[in-house]
Amino acid sequence: MLLQKYGKEIKQILSKYPPDHKRSAVMPLLHLVQRDEGYISKEAMQEIASLLEMTETEVGSVVGFYTLYQEKKAGKYRMQICTDLPCALRGADEFFNQVCERLNVQDGETTQDGLVTVEHVMCLAACDRAPMFQSQGPDGIKYHEYMTIDRVNEWLQSLKQLETGEKR
Amino acid sequence: MSHILLRHRDIPDLHKFNVYKKNGGFAAFKKAVTKMSPSQVTDEVKNSGLRGRGGAGFPTGLKWSFIDKNIWPHYVVANADESEPGTFKDREIMEMNPFQFLEGLAIASYAVGANVAYVYLRGEFWQIAEAMDKQIAEMEEAGFLGDKLFGTDYSLRIYTHLGAGAYICGEETALLESLEGKRGQPRNRPPFPAVAGLFGKPTVINNVETFTNVPMIIANGADWYKSIGTPDAAGVKIYSLSGRVRKPGNYELPFGSTFRQLIYEYGGGVQDSRPVKAIMPAGASSSLIVANDKALDTPIDYASVRAMGADLGSASVIVLDDTVDLKWVISKTLKFFKHESCGKCTPCREGTFWMNNISKRIQQNGAKKEEVDLLFNVAKQIQGKCLCALGEFSTMAVVTGIERFPQDFNRA
Repeated sequence: MLLQKYGKEIKQILSKYPPDHKRSAVMPLLHLVQRDEGYISKEAMQEIASLLEMTETEVGSVVGFYTLYQEKKAGKYRMQICTDLPCALRGADEFFNQVCERLNVQDGETTQDGLVTVEHVMCLAACDRAPMFQSQGPDGIKYHEYMTIDRVNEWLQSLKQLETGEKR
Repeated sequence: MSHILLRHRDIPDLHKFNVYKKNGGFAAFKKAVTKMSPSQVTDEVKNSGLRGRGGAGFPTGLKWSFIDKNIWPHYVVANADESEPGTFKDREIMEMNPFQFLEGLAIASYAVGANVAYVYLRGEFWQIAEAMDKQIAEMEEAGFLGDKLFGTDYSLRIYTHLGAGAYICGEETALLESLEGKRGQPRNRPPFPAVAGLFGKPTVINNVETFTNVPMIIANGADWYKSIGTPDAAGVKIYSLSGRVRKPGNYELPFGSTFRQLIYEYGGGVQDSRPVKAIMPAGASSSLIVANDKALDTPIDYASVRAMGADLGSASVIVLDDTVDLKWVISKTLKFFKHESCGKCTPCREGTFWMNNISKRIQQNGAKKEEVDLLFNVAKQIQGKCLCALGEFSTMAVVTGIERFPQDFNRA
């Protein structure tokens, strides 16, 4: 599956590492799957394991260790709000609550239309531009900084437009 | 004074290849490869007094000179995992002045005889990595990367590698594990990476900001660089200023500037004109400095900050004003360290878990003596018992918070 769909990308990723250290490609390959499927399925882990001559357990241990690899399906976009100390000193906790209220969800929950999951994350190196969040979705990982609830509304609006465009 | 690292603030569009090249870009790399031996490059950096900007402040040239010349190949790895709460300087360098960083990485690779270098970026820097892949391709096309550079026998390739969200991967041996496709857990030392690093081969690992200094040192000489800063700490440093200041952001200043200058002259002072209560000079892993006049007027370098009972780390300065409760501060730092503990060493894994629990109770029920004593004792028991610094870091705000701000913990 993966190899058929991303043959070129996989070859390019493998070329970065010595041939006897294929295992180094496990993280970039997992990123490919994460972006494509929105989470890492058991099937994908099996395929990566066989591609890189690793055991499934070894691949699973990598998936479990790093926070950007999701083991469960959630909203199409994950809205990951930093509420660590520097952001919190600039109103991130209040912002987080406003977002939850606006979307009618609690931490970790997904909106009814399945579009957005809201969650807390740790520091994202944007402390001077708080409140901020990163979106993780089919378009990769993107930063959204100097946030207000109005700007969140604009972003949600753009996602919804993208959705209806795709469905047509 | 014009910038040495954040030069994009003086030169518009410096992130573009042609603009960087037109402004002297890649001349230092060419000079190093065509006119200097690898050991001359290392000596120049050694003589400049440059110290590692990732946090430990280890002399950079000395680190390069440790590389084992009996084992080959060698690797150079750039630590672009920037994850310390309060630190956002490497990000600005890579977004706005990426070629100076890449040129520094290339010079370092030449100095230690590496033909392959990796940039390990935190996974959240996805967009930066995409841009960097293009920048690397531009350098290859122009003949600054690839085979037989500048008509010599020296060849170099640079590759990006994305992490996936783990603070611990900023620790250099955990980073190497991660780059080898494993969980990011620190290795036992010795052997040090200079002997057995990436793929078991001799490896030099430096921070993004450290590499970004190197082209300027090679272009202008060690004496020029040493003339800036203090005898303890040569050159300039980028301070990531955050928290309750009017103008948070990165400020590049010579070592020896004071916290007062940083907070008031550059940071525009404190929000609502409140007094500064505490300074965290090294992000969430920092000891808390009581912000009295003496502390504010202390010239910032490694030794002076240490004399105040703290460490400069990567100089991510978080400013706390008098409205901020230290109980809340440590509840935030502990939540972070509990989440980021890699689980390898028991004192850190269990200790951060329990400190976080106790801190939550203190937040909810107030600072009862037995709870504060218990928290303090758990922190003390973690210290000195972990393989890497993360365990130690998790205790710094707790211990210094309780000791130096007793009024916040009903201990006054």
